[in-house]
Amino acid sequence: MSDAGAEGRVRPEPEGAALRVEIARKVYGAGGPEPVEAVRGLAFSVIAGEITCLIGPSGAGKTTTLRILLGLDPDYEGRVSPHPDEAGIAMAFQEPRLLPWRTVEQNVRLALPRGARGQDLDALFGSLGLSPWRSRYPGALSLGMARRVSLARALAQKPRILILDEPFVSLDDTSAASLRGLVVDAVARTGMGVLMVTHNVAEAIEIADRLLLVSGRPASLLGTIPLEVSRGERDRAWIEAQRAALAVRFPSVIAG
Amino acid sequence: MGFATRLVSVLVLLAGWQVAASAAGSRLLPAPLAILGFIARESATGDLWWNVGITLTRVGISFLLAMTLGVLLGIALGRSRRLNLVLDTPLLILLNTPALVITVLAYIWVGLNEAAAIVAVVLNKLPNVAVILREGARGLDPQLEEMARTYRFDRRTWIAHVLVPQLQPFAVAAARSGLSLAWKIVLVIELLGRPNGVGFAINYYFVQSLNVAAILGYSLVFMSVMIAIDILILQRLEAYVRRWR
Repeated sequence: MSDAGAEGRVRPEPEGAALRVEIARKVYGAGGPEPVEAVRGLAFSVIAGEITCLIGPSGAGKTTTLRILLGLDPDYEGRVSPHPDEAGIAMAFQEPRLLPWRTVEQNVRLALPRGARGQDLDALFGSLGLSPWRSRYPGALSLGMARRVSLARALAQKPRILILDEPFVSLDDTSAASLRGLVVDAVARTGMGVLMVTHNVAEAIEIADRLLLVSGRPASLLGTIPLEVSRGERDRAWIEAQRAALAVRFPSVIAG
Repeated sequence: MGFATRLVSVLVLLAGWQVAASAAGSRLLPAPLAILGFIARESATGDLWWNVGITLTRVGISFLLAMTLGVLLGIALGRSRRLNLVLDTPLLILLNTPALVITVLAYIWVGLNEAAAIVAVVLNKLPNVAVILREGARGLDPQLEEMARTYRFDRRTWIAHVLVPQLQPFAVAAARSGLSLAWKIVLVIELLGRPNGVGFAINYYFVQSLNVAAILGYSLVFMSVMIAIDILILQRLEAYVRRWR
Protein backbone atom coordinates (compact mmCIF):
# COMPACT_ATOMS: atom_id res chain seq x y z
CA MET A 1 0.00 0.00 0.00
CA SER A 2 1.15 3.49 -0.73
CA ASP A 3 1.56 5.80 2.20
CA ALA A 4 2.48 8.88 0.24
CA GLY A 5 -0.81 10.49 1.29
CA ALA A 6 -0.16 9.86 4.97
CA GLU A 7 3.39 11.10 4.61
CA GLY A 8 2.10 14.28 2.98
CA ARG A 9 -0.12 14.99 5.92
CA VAL A 10 2.64 14.93 8.58
CA ARG A 11 5.17 16.84 6.51
CA PRO A 12 5.27 20.53 7.44
CA GLU A 13 3.84 22.99 4.90
CA PRO A 14 6.51 23.79 2.32
CA GLU A 15 7.65 27.37 2.35
CA GLY A 16 5.55 29.59 0.09
CA ALA A 17 2.94 26.89 -0.62
CA ALA A 18 0.04 28.73 -2.23
CA LEU A 19 -1.93 25.54 -2.52
CA ARG A 20 -1.57 22.18 -0.82
CA VAL A 21 -3.33 19.20 -2.38
CA GLU A 22 -3.64 15.87 -0.60
CA ILE A 23 -5.78 13.24 -2.24
CA ALA A 24 -5.67 10.03 -0.19
CA ARG A 25 -8.15 8.25 -2.45
CA LYS A 26 -10.57 8.98 -5.23
CA VAL A 27 -12.83 6.17 -6.43
CA TYR A 28 -15.37 6.41 -9.24
CA GLY A 29 -18.51 4.32 -8.87
CA ALA A 30 -17.78 3.48 -5.22
CA GLY A 31 -20.27 0.90 -3.97
CA GLY A 32 -21.15 -0.01 -7.55
CA PRO A 33 -20.31 -3.25 -9.34
CA GLU A 34 -17.03 -2.00 -10.82
CA PRO A 35 -15.48 0.77 -8.75
CA VAL A 36 -12.45 2.39 -10.40
CA GLU A 37 -9.73 3.82 -8.20
CA ALA A 38 -8.46 6.90 -10.03
CA VAL A 39 -6.09 8.40 -7.45
CA ARG A 40 -4.30 6.93 -4.45
CA GLY A 41 -1.96 8.93 -2.28
CA LEU A 42 -1.24 11.96 -4.43
CA ALA A 43 0.06 14.92 -2.44
CA PHE A 44 1.83 18.00 -3.71
CA SER A 45 2.05 21.77 -3.34
CA VAL A 46 1.89 24.62 -5.75
CA ILE A 47 4.39 27.24 -4.68
CA ALA A 48 4.08 30.98 -5.26
CA GLY A 49 6.32 32.27 -8.04
CA GLU A 50 7.04 28.77 -9.33
CA ILE A 51 5.98 26.75 -12.33
CA THR A 52 5.19 23.18 -11.35
CA CYS A 53 4.58 20.63 -14.09
CA LEU A 54 2.53 17.51 -13.50
CA ILE A 55 3.57 14.72 -15.88
CA GLY A 56 2.01 11.31 -16.20
CA PRO A 57 0.62 8.80 -18.67
CA SER A 58 -2.74 9.62 -20.22
CA GLY A 59 -5.76 8.34 -18.34
CA ALA A 60 -3.78 8.54 -15.12
CA GLY A 61 -6.25 10.70 -13.24
CA LYS A 62 -4.70 14.08 -13.97
CA THR A 63 -8.04 15.52 -15.02
CA THR A 64 -9.59 14.02 -11.89
CA THR A 65 -6.93 15.73 -9.81
CA LEU A 66 -7.56 19.08 -11.50
CA ARG A 67 -11.32 18.79 -10.97
CA ILE A 68 -10.73 18.12 -7.27
CA LEU A 69 -8.43 21.07 -6.73
CA LEU A 70 -10.79 23.36 -8.65
CA GLY A 71 -13.56 22.37 -6.25
CA LEU A 72 -15.63 20.78 -9.03
CA ASP A 73 -15.58 17.33 -7.44
CA PRO A 74 -16.06 17.22 -3.65
CA ASP A 75 -16.40 13.42 -3.55
CA TYR A 76 -12.89 12.23 -2.54
CA GLU A 77 -10.82 11.39 0.53
CA GLY A 78 -8.27 14.03 1.39
CA ARG A 79 -8.13 17.78 1.42
CA VAL A 80 -7.19 20.87 -0.51
CA SER A 81 -5.99 23.87 1.44
CA PRO A 82 -6.86 26.62 1.26
CA HIS A 83 -10.35 25.57 0.14
CA PRO A 84 -10.70 25.98 -3.66
CA ASP A 85 -13.28 28.74 -3.12
CA GLU A 86 -10.71 30.82 -1.22
CA ALA A 87 -7.46 29.81 -2.89
CA GLY A 88 -7.65 32.35 -5.75
CA ILE A 89 -7.41 29.76 -8.49
CA ALA A 90 -7.87 30.52 -12.17
CA MET A 91 -7.87 27.91 -14.87
CA ALA A 92 -7.00 27.77 -18.55
CA PHE A 93 -8.56 24.65 -20.00
CA GLN A 94 -7.05 22.59 -22.78
CA GLU A 95 -9.85 23.63 -25.15
CA PRO A 96 -10.22 27.40 -24.71
CA ARG A 97 -13.88 27.05 -23.62
CA LEU A 98 -14.84 30.57 -24.62
CA LEU A 99 -18.47 31.62 -24.98
CA PRO A 100 -18.74 31.72 -28.79
CA TRP A 101 -21.68 34.19 -28.67
CA ARG A 102 -19.74 36.79 -26.70
CA THR A 103 -16.81 38.88 -27.89
CA VAL A 104 -13.26 38.32 -26.74
CA GLU A 105 -13.54 41.25 -24.33
CA GLN A 106 -16.92 40.13 -22.95
CA ASN A 107 -15.51 36.64 -22.39
CA VAL A 108 -12.78 38.07 -20.19
CA ARG A 109 -15.03 40.52 -18.32
CA LEU A 110 -17.93 38.13 -17.70
CA ALA A 111 -15.64 35.75 -15.80
CA LEU A 112 -14.86 38.54 -13.32
CA PRO A 113 -17.00 39.19 -10.24
CA ARG A 114 -19.78 41.66 -11.08
CA GLY A 115 -18.09 44.61 -9.33
CA ALA A 116 -14.77 44.12 -11.10
CA ARG A 117 -16.08 43.90 -14.67
CA GLY A 118 -15.63 47.55 -15.49
CA GLN A 119 -11.90 47.67 -14.77
CA ASP A 120 -9.29 48.82 -17.23
CA LEU A 121 -7.99 45.79 -19.14
CA ASP A 122 -5.93 47.65 -21.77
CA ALA A 123 -2.62 46.54 -20.29
CA LEU A 124 -3.70 42.90 -20.08
CA PHE A 125 -4.98 42.74 -23.65
CA GLY A 126 -1.90 44.63 -24.82
CA SER A 127 0.56 42.30 -23.08
CA LEU A 128 -1.10 39.27 -24.70
CA GLY A 129 -1.24 40.86 -28.16
CA LEU A 130 -5.04 40.78 -28.10
CA SER A 131 -5.81 44.49 -28.47
CA PRO A 132 -6.95 44.26 -32.13
CA TRP A 133 -9.17 41.27 -31.32
CA ARG A 134 -11.17 42.64 -28.38
CA SER A 135 -14.45 43.09 -30.22
CA ARG A 136 -14.21 39.94 -32.34
CA TYR A 137 -16.12 36.73 -31.70
CA PRO A 138 -14.07 33.64 -30.73
CA GLY A 139 -15.10 31.87 -33.96
CA ALA A 140 -12.87 34.30 -35.87
CA LEU A 141 -9.75 33.32 -33.88
CA SER A 142 -7.11 30.67 -34.50
CA LEU A 143 -6.60 28.09 -31.76
CA GLY A 144 -3.46 29.90 -30.61
CA MET A 145 -5.34 33.21 -30.32
CA ALA A 146 -8.27 31.55 -28.57
CA ARG A 147 -5.83 30.05 -26.03
CA ARG A 148 -4.47 33.56 -25.43
CA VAL A 149 -8.00 34.78 -24.71
CA SER A 150 -8.45 31.86 -22.34
CA LEU A 151 -5.18 32.87 -20.65
CA ALA A 152 -6.33 36.51 -20.54
CA ARG A 153 -9.56 35.42 -18.86
CA ALA A 154 -7.53 33.56 -16.23
CA LEU A 155 -4.97 36.35 -15.69
CA ALA A 156 -7.72 39.00 -15.38
CA GLN A 157 -8.72 37.25 -12.15
CA LYS A 158 -5.31 38.23 -10.70
CA PRO A 159 -5.06 34.66 -9.43
CA ARG A 160 -2.67 33.41 -6.76
CA ILE A 161 -2.71 30.05 -8.56
CA LEU A 162 -2.95 29.49 -12.28
CA ILE A 163 -3.81 26.02 -13.52
CA LEU A 164 -2.98 25.12 -17.11
CA ASP A 165 -4.20 21.89 -18.68
CA GLU A 166 -2.12 20.97 -21.73
CA PRO A 167 -2.09 24.63 -22.74
CA PHE A 168 0.27 24.34 -25.70
CA VAL A 169 -0.94 21.11 -27.28
CA SER A 170 -1.81 21.17 -31.03
CA LEU A 171 -0.21 24.57 -31.57
CA ASP A 172 2.54 25.17 -34.10
CA ASP A 173 6.02 25.70 -32.59
CA THR A 174 5.95 29.49 -32.91
CA SER A 175 2.54 29.92 -31.29
CA ALA A 176 3.43 27.46 -28.53
CA ALA A 177 6.73 29.24 -27.83
CA SER A 178 5.13 32.68 -27.68
CA LEU A 179 2.33 31.44 -25.38
CA ARG A 180 4.94 29.75 -23.15
CA GLY A 181 6.82 33.05 -23.03
CA LEU A 182 3.64 34.86 -21.95
CA VAL A 183 3.09 32.41 -19.09
CA VAL A 184 6.70 32.68 -17.90
CA ASP A 185 6.51 36.50 -18.01
CA ALA A 186 3.24 36.52 -16.09
CA VAL A 187 4.75 34.37 -13.34
CA ALA A 188 7.76 36.65 -13.06
CA ARG A 189 5.55 39.75 -12.98
CA THR A 190 2.83 38.62 -10.56
CA GLY A 191 4.51 35.99 -8.40
CA MET A 192 1.60 33.61 -8.81
CA GLY A 193 2.08 29.86 -8.63
CA VAL A 194 1.47 27.85 -11.79
CA LEU A 195 0.47 24.21 -12.01
CA MET A 196 0.70 22.89 -15.53
CA VAL A 197 -0.44 19.47 -16.65
CA THR A 198 1.35 18.21 -19.73
CA HIS A 199 2.38 15.19 -21.77
CA ASN A 200 5.25 17.02 -23.34
CA VAL A 201 8.29 16.21 -21.18
CA ALA A 202 10.73 18.42 -23.11
CA GLU A 203 8.38 21.37 -22.79
CA ALA A 204 8.01 20.75 -19.05
CA ILE A 205 11.77 20.55 -18.57
CA GLU A 206 12.14 23.79 -20.52
CA ILE A 207 9.90 25.94 -18.31
CA ALA A 208 9.26 24.18 -15.00
CA ASP A 209 10.83 24.89 -11.63
CA ARG A 210 9.70 21.48 -10.42
CA LEU A 211 8.41 18.33 -12.08
CA LEU A 212 5.88 16.08 -10.43
CA LEU A 213 5.89 12.60 -11.92
CA VAL A 214 2.67 10.69 -11.52
CA SER A 215 2.08 6.96 -12.02
CA GLY A 216 -0.63 5.31 -14.11
CA ARG A 217 -4.01 4.61 -12.54
CA PRO A 218 -4.47 4.81 -9.65
CA ALA A 219 -2.42 7.99 -9.81
CA SER A 220 0.18 8.42 -7.11
CA LEU A 221 3.27 10.57 -6.84
CA LEU A 222 6.42 8.81 -8.12
CA GLY A 223 8.83 11.65 -7.59
CA THR A 224 9.43 15.38 -7.33
CA ILE A 225 12.29 16.69 -9.43
CA PRO A 226 13.49 20.26 -8.82
CA LEU A 227 15.16 21.90 -11.82
CA GLU A 228 17.73 24.29 -10.40
CA VAL A 229 19.21 25.68 -13.62
CA SER A 230 17.62 29.03 -14.46
CA ARG A 231 15.31 29.05 -17.46
CA GLY A 232 17.57 31.26 -19.56
CA GLU A 233 20.44 28.77 -19.39
CA ARG A 234 18.50 25.69 -20.45
CA ASP A 235 19.53 24.79 -23.96
CA ARG A 236 18.41 21.94 -26.16
CA ALA A 237 21.26 19.63 -25.12
CA TRP A 238 20.60 20.19 -21.42
CA ILE A 239 16.89 19.53 -21.83
CA GLU A 240 17.57 16.33 -23.78
CA ALA A 241 20.07 15.13 -21.13
CA GLN A 242 17.53 15.74 -18.36
CA ARG A 243 14.88 13.90 -20.31
CA ALA A 244 17.13 10.91 -20.94
CA ALA A 245 18.09 10.74 -17.27
CA LEU A 246 14.43 10.83 -16.22
CA ALA A 247 13.56 8.14 -18.77
CA VAL A 248 16.04 5.83 -17.02
CA ARG A 249 14.71 6.61 -13.54
CA PHE A 250 11.00 6.57 -14.45
CA PRO A 251 10.57 4.28 -17.46
CA SER A 252 6.84 3.84 -16.75
CA VAL A 253 6.17 7.56 -17.19
CA ILE A 254 8.78 8.81 -19.63
CA ALA A 255 9.59 6.93 -22.79
CA GLY A 256 13.32 6.49 -23.42
CA MET B 1 -31.70 36.87 -59.54
CA GLY B 2 -33.38 34.76 -56.86
CA PHE B 3 -36.04 37.41 -56.41
CA ALA B 4 -36.68 37.64 -60.17
CA THR B 5 -37.16 33.87 -60.38
CA ARG B 6 -39.64 33.96 -57.51
CA LEU B 7 -41.53 36.84 -59.12
CA VAL B 8 -41.74 35.07 -62.49
CA SER B 9 -42.97 31.88 -60.81
CA VAL B 10 -45.77 33.80 -59.02
CA LEU B 11 -46.75 35.71 -62.19
CA VAL B 12 -46.93 32.51 -64.25
CA LEU B 13 -49.09 30.92 -61.55
CA LEU B 14 -51.45 33.92 -61.51
CA ALA B 15 -51.70 34.06 -65.31
CA GLY B 16 -52.46 30.33 -65.52
CA TRP B 17 -55.11 30.73 -62.85
CA GLN B 18 -56.71 33.70 -64.64
CA VAL B 19 -56.83 31.73 -67.92
CA ALA B 20 -58.27 28.61 -66.26
CA ALA B 21 -60.90 30.67 -64.44
CA SER B 22 -62.02 32.44 -67.65
CA ALA B 23 -62.23 29.11 -69.44
CA ALA B 24 -64.26 27.48 -66.65
CA GLY B 25 -66.54 30.50 -66.23
CA SER B 26 -67.78 29.15 -62.87
CA ARG B 27 -68.17 31.07 -59.60
CA LEU B 28 -66.62 28.03 -57.89
CA LEU B 29 -63.29 28.92 -59.55
CA PRO B 30 -63.10 32.71 -59.32
CA ALA B 31 -60.35 34.56 -61.18
CA PRO B 32 -57.60 36.38 -59.24
CA LEU B 33 -59.18 39.72 -60.21
CA ALA B 34 -62.53 38.62 -58.76
CA ILE B 35 -60.79 37.84 -55.48
CA LEU B 36 -59.07 41.22 -55.49
CA GLY B 37 -62.49 42.81 -56.04
CA PHE B 38 -63.90 41.00 -53.02
CA ILE B 39 -60.92 42.03 -50.86
CA ALA B 40 -61.43 45.66 -51.89
CA ARG B 41 -65.19 45.61 -51.10
CA GLU B 42 -64.81 43.71 -47.80
CA SER B 43 -62.00 46.01 -46.82
CA ALA B 44 -64.13 49.10 -47.58
CA THR B 45 -66.91 47.93 -45.23
CA GLY B 46 -64.30 47.34 -42.51
CA ASP B 47 -65.36 43.71 -42.00
CA LEU B 48 -62.10 42.31 -43.39
CA TRP B 49 -59.81 44.24 -41.04
CA TRP B 50 -62.10 43.68 -38.07
CA ASN B 51 -62.00 39.90 -38.57
CA VAL B 52 -58.28 39.84 -39.35
CA GLY B 53 -57.62 41.96 -36.26
CA ILE B 54 -59.66 39.64 -34.02
CA THR B 55 -57.85 36.57 -35.33
CA LEU B 56 -54.45 38.22 -35.01
CA THR B 57 -55.21 39.10 -31.39
CA ARG B 58 -56.15 35.49 -30.64
CA VAL B 59 -53.01 34.21 -32.39
CA GLY B 60 -50.85 36.76 -30.56
CA ILE B 61 -52.15 36.02 -27.07
CA SER B 62 -52.11 32.24 -27.43
CA PHE B 63 -48.72 32.32 -29.15
CA LEU B 64 -47.14 34.31 -26.32
CA LEU B 65 -48.73 32.10 -23.67
CA ALA B 66 -47.72 28.88 -25.40
CA MET B 67 -44.16 30.12 -26.00
CA THR B 68 -43.67 31.28 -22.41
CA LEU B 69 -45.09 28.12 -20.82
CA GLY B 70 -43.51 25.83 -23.43
CA VAL B 71 -40.03 27.32 -23.03
CA LEU B 72 -40.17 27.08 -19.22
CA LEU B 73 -41.55 23.53 -19.34
CA GLY B 74 -39.01 22.47 -21.97
CA ILE B 75 -36.07 23.79 -19.94
CA ALA B 76 -37.37 22.08 -16.79
CA LEU B 77 -37.80 18.79 -18.67
CA GLY B 78 -34.35 19.01 -20.22
CA ARG B 79 -32.67 19.76 -16.89
CA SER B 80 -34.54 17.31 -14.62
CA ARG B 81 -34.51 13.62 -15.42
CA ARG B 82 -37.24 12.90 -12.88
CA LEU B 83 -39.66 15.57 -14.12
CA ASN B 84 -39.10 14.30 -17.65
CA LEU B 85 -39.99 10.75 -16.58
CA VAL B 86 -43.19 12.02 -14.96
CA LEU B 87 -44.32 14.25 -17.82
CA ASP B 88 -42.96 12.49 -20.90
CA THR B 89 -46.00 10.23 -21.44
CA PRO B 90 -48.67 12.92 -20.91
CA LEU B 91 -46.71 15.13 -23.30
CA LEU B 92 -46.60 12.35 -25.89
CA ILE B 93 -50.37 11.89 -25.58
CA LEU B 94 -51.02 15.61 -25.93
CA LEU B 95 -48.63 15.79 -28.89
CA ASN B 96 -50.63 13.10 -30.69
CA THR B 97 -54.14 14.32 -29.84
CA PRO B 98 -55.73 15.86 -32.94
CA ALA B 99 -56.18 19.62 -32.74
CA LEU B 100 -59.88 19.12 -33.44
CA VAL B 101 -60.35 16.88 -30.39
CA ILE B 102 -58.55 19.30 -28.06
CA THR B 103 -60.66 22.17 -29.42
CA VAL B 104 -64.00 20.40 -29.07
CA LEU B 105 -63.14 19.25 -25.53
CA ALA B 106 -62.03 22.76 -24.56
CA TYR B 107 -65.36 24.19 -25.75
CA ILE B 108 -67.30 21.47 -23.90
CA TRP B 109 -65.37 21.72 -20.63
CA VAL B 110 -64.52 25.42 -20.48
CA GLY B 111 -67.55 26.73 -22.37
CA LEU B 112 -68.14 28.41 -25.71
CA ASN B 113 -66.04 31.45 -24.88
CA GLU B 114 -62.80 33.28 -25.56
CA ALA B 115 -60.95 31.54 -22.71
CA ALA B 116 -61.72 28.12 -24.16
CA ALA B 117 -60.42 29.23 -27.56
CA ILE B 118 -57.13 30.44 -26.08
CA VAL B 119 -56.75 27.32 -23.92
CA ALA B 120 -57.29 25.14 -26.98
CA VAL B 121 -54.57 26.87 -29.02
CA VAL B 122 -52.13 26.85 -26.12
CA LEU B 123 -52.68 23.14 -25.45
CA ASN B 124 -52.18 22.38 -29.14
CA LYS B 125 -48.95 24.30 -29.45
CA LEU B 126 -47.31 23.99 -26.04
CA PRO B 127 -46.10 20.37 -26.42
CA ASN B 128 -44.22 21.21 -29.64
CA VAL B 129 -42.47 24.14 -28.03
CA ALA B 130 -41.64 22.10 -24.92
CA VAL B 131 -40.21 19.21 -26.92
CA ILE B 132 -37.99 21.48 -29.04
CA LEU B 133 -36.71 23.37 -25.98
CA ARG B 134 -36.16 20.10 -24.11
CA GLU B 135 -33.70 19.06 -26.81
CA GLY B 136 -31.95 22.40 -26.40
CA ALA B 137 -31.72 22.14 -22.63
CA ARG B 138 -30.40 18.56 -22.87
CA GLY B 139 -27.65 19.56 -25.24
CA LEU B 140 -26.04 22.23 -23.05
CA ASP B 141 -22.27 22.16 -23.51
CA PRO B 142 -20.78 20.40 -20.44
CA GLN B 143 -17.40 22.04 -21.04
CA LEU B 144 -18.92 25.50 -20.76
CA GLU B 145 -20.81 24.41 -17.63
CA GLU B 146 -17.51 23.38 -16.04
CA MET B 147 -15.91 26.65 -17.11
CA ALA B 148 -18.80 28.62 -15.60
CA ARG B 149 -18.48 26.70 -12.33
CA THR B 150 -14.70 27.15 -12.26
CA TYR B 151 -15.04 30.90 -12.70
CA ARG B 152 -17.95 30.94 -10.24
CA PHE B 153 -20.43 32.62 -12.55
CA ASP B 154 -23.35 33.89 -10.49
CA ARG B 155 -26.85 32.73 -11.42
CA ARG B 156 -27.79 35.83 -13.41
CA THR B 157 -24.59 35.72 -15.45
CA TRP B 158 -25.03 32.01 -16.11
CA ILE B 159 -28.62 32.44 -17.31
CA ALA B 160 -27.93 35.47 -19.49
CA HIS B 161 -24.61 34.45 -21.02
CA VAL B 162 -24.41 30.66 -20.86
CA LEU B 163 -27.94 29.21 -20.78
CA VAL B 164 -30.02 31.59 -22.91
CA PRO B 165 -27.59 31.88 -25.85
CA GLN B 166 -27.53 28.09 -26.13
CA LEU B 167 -31.34 27.92 -26.12
CA GLN B 168 -31.97 30.86 -28.46
CA PRO B 169 -31.75 28.91 -31.74
CA PHE B 170 -34.21 26.36 -30.37
CA ALA B 171 -36.58 29.07 -29.14
CA VAL B 172 -36.56 30.82 -32.52
CA ALA B 173 -37.15 27.53 -34.36
CA ALA B 174 -40.04 26.78 -31.98
CA ALA B 175 -41.44 30.29 -32.51
CA ARG B 176 -41.35 30.03 -36.30
CA SER B 177 -42.93 26.59 -36.55
CA GLY B 178 -45.24 27.48 -33.66
CA LEU B 179 -46.59 30.64 -35.24
CA SER B 180 -47.65 28.91 -38.43
CA LEU B 181 -49.19 26.11 -36.37
CA ALA B 182 -50.99 28.54 -34.07
CA TRP B 183 -52.74 30.55 -36.75
CA LYS B 184 -53.98 27.47 -38.59
CA ILE B 185 -55.44 26.13 -35.35
CA VAL B 186 -57.00 29.48 -34.48
CA LEU B 187 -58.98 29.40 -37.75
CA VAL B 188 -60.39 25.95 -36.88
CA ILE B 189 -61.27 27.11 -33.39
CA GLU B 190 -63.06 30.17 -34.76
CA LEU B 191 -64.92 28.04 -37.24
CA LEU B 192 -66.09 25.73 -34.47
CA GLY B 193 -67.23 28.18 -31.86
CA ARG B 194 -66.52 31.89 -32.24
CA PRO B 195 -68.84 34.58 -33.67
CA ASN B 196 -66.02 36.53 -35.38
CA GLY B 197 -62.53 36.22 -36.84
CA VAL B 198 -61.16 34.93 -40.16
CA GLY B 199 -62.16 31.32 -39.41
CA PHE B 200 -65.73 32.44 -38.68
CA ALA B 201 -65.89 34.52 -41.89
CA ILE B 202 -64.64 31.65 -44.04
CA ASN B 203 -67.22 29.32 -42.55
CA TYR B 204 -69.93 31.95 -43.02
CA TYR B 205 -69.24 32.34 -46.75
CA PHE B 206 -68.97 28.57 -47.11
CA VAL B 207 -72.32 27.76 -45.45
CA GLN B 208 -74.28 30.82 -46.59
CA SER B 209 -73.34 31.18 -50.23
CA LEU B 210 -70.47 28.93 -51.27
CA ASN B 211 -68.66 32.20 -52.06
CA VAL B 212 -65.21 30.88 -53.06
CA ALA B 213 -63.90 34.37 -53.87
CA ALA B 214 -64.60 35.38 -50.27
CA ILE B 215 -63.02 32.23 -48.85
CA LEU B 216 -59.85 32.67 -50.92
CA GLY B 217 -59.82 36.42 -50.31
CA TYR B 218 -59.81 35.99 -46.52
CA SER B 219 -57.18 33.25 -46.69
CA LEU B 220 -54.90 35.28 -48.91
CA VAL B 221 -55.03 38.37 -46.74
CA PHE B 222 -54.41 36.45 -43.56
CA MET B 223 -51.62 34.35 -45.08
CA SER B 224 -49.95 37.53 -46.28
CA VAL B 225 -50.10 39.03 -42.80
CA MET B 226 -48.56 35.91 -41.22
CA ILE B 227 -45.83 35.63 -43.87
CA ALA B 228 -45.03 39.31 -43.34
CA ILE B 229 -44.69 38.72 -39.59
CA ASP B 230 -42.39 35.76 -40.24
CA ILE B 231 -40.15 37.71 -42.62
CA LEU B 232 -40.17 41.07 -40.87
CA ILE B 233 -39.87 39.84 -37.28
CA LEU B 234 -38.98 36.18 -36.86
CA GLN B 235 -36.42 35.80 -39.65
CA ARG B 236 -34.66 38.96 -38.49
CA LEU B 237 -34.66 37.62 -34.95
CA GLU B 238 -33.11 34.41 -36.23
CA ALA B 239 -30.38 36.29 -38.08
CA TYR B 240 -29.68 38.32 -34.94
CA VAL B 241 -29.44 35.21 -32.78
CA ARG B 242 -26.93 33.64 -35.20
CA ARG B 243 -24.85 36.78 -35.72
CA TRP B 244 -21.77 35.41 -33.95
CA ARG B 245 -21.46 32.34 -36.18
